[in-house]
Amino acid sequence: MNNPPDISPVEHETEEYAHEVRRHVRGYLMVGATLLAFTAITVALSYVNFGTQKANVAVALLVATFKAGLVAAIFMHLSAEKRLIYRVLIFTGFFVLGLFWLTYLAWYDPVHR
Amino acid sequence: MEIPYTVSARRDTGLWNAKVGIWLFLASEVMLFGGLFSAYIFLRLDAGPGDWPHGLLNVPVGTMNTAILIASSVTVVLAWAALKMRDLTKYRIYMAITILCGVVFLVVKLAYEWPQKFDHFGAFIKEDALGKYEQYLGNKHLLEKGLPPRKEITGHLHNKQALTDANIKEYEIALDPVYADPTNPVMDRPHFWPKPATDKIASIEKEDVQYANMFLPKHSSYFASYFTITGLHGAHVLGGVLVFCYMMLPASTRIYRHNPEHLANRVEVAGLFWHFVDLVWIFVFPLFYLL
Repeated sequence: MNNPPDISPVEHETEEYAHEVRRHVRGYLMVGATLLAFTAITVALSYVNFGTQKANVAVALLVATFKAGLVAAIFMHLSAEKRLIYRVLIFTGFFVLGLFWLTYLAWYDPVHR
Repeated sequence: MEIPYTVSARRDTGLWNAKVGIWLFLASEVMLFGGLFSAYIFLRLDAGPGDWPHGLLNVPVGTMNTAILIASSVTVVLAWAALKMRDLTKYRIYMAITILCGVVFLVVKLAYEWPQKFDHFGAFIKEDALGKYEQYLGNKHLLEKGLPPRKEITGHLHNKQALTDANIKEYEIALDPVYADPTNPVMDRPHFWPKPATDKIASIEKEDVQYANMFLPKHSSYFASYFTITGLHGAHVLGGVLVFCYMMLPASTRIYRHNPEHLANRVEVAGLFWHFVDLVWIFVFPLFYLL
């Protein structure tokens, strides 16, 4: 699903455009419903025993990542954005991974145990 | 003076300026929350078996707040679409619902969830005294099942003066259900519906206690990270609500009359921030409430 196109300044084309936006609105509502459904699924899955606590954490984070992806792609229009914004986000991703990596290093090689 | 590129796109970026601005801001927000989540992971991975609490938060209320936040993300995008369709009345309705959702979220958090924690008590038992409180902890039962041990006894503190008065030698606790019936298999894992403290009272001697406090940030790494992250998140919700309120004021209507796309773009940018706040919550909810 892409962004609705920018509105036409010409009056008689506005009607056609409004129809286009209406189509997107249906998509937004669908995504909202999906997110609510997956919230229920997350809660339900947390009461299922997947063997280890780590497995449960992995499942919950997988569902959360899917939900976050939907929000980012559809609500935040990232599924079709200009290249500059992707570039900004690639840098952000790089640095935030670096941040998590530092934590990992600290955990892996503590000052004292 | 007309500010350039509030509506039309710059030729080099292909974007109107506010959109670049909000994404740079969101990038810095990712780093802010990233640092805190990183600290959370560190604290959690380093916690020994039984040291990280489970089931201390109210899951139904958390689920409801998640749903409220998701609903508000939908309504803000509908408000924006209404502006794109040049329907100011609909825009106002959706915006009002969004603001209402944000306010309900904050009220639930600040007037219900947090105060309830401040009123809840937990005492971590010293390693060598765990056996003495076996009737409440049920650790033999957990060991047989291969589950992590319980080291803390929680409930409602009857003699609150025990926290400050050194002459009082024990804590009188109305036990949470799990400590009243620790070997019952249904207590092995947290419940969805939280149950109030039982009328079974346990007295725990202070000399057996390693550390005891109300569920405040200083209670444990768990509550320290919980209050820090939900507090910062709540501040973001408040910020979003304030911006949305501004977008309902006559000043914004004037912008709409002058150029509807200008207000639509402002709403889109504020919406991007709001969706980000929703996105953070999508991770906060399972990490703190469920796991």
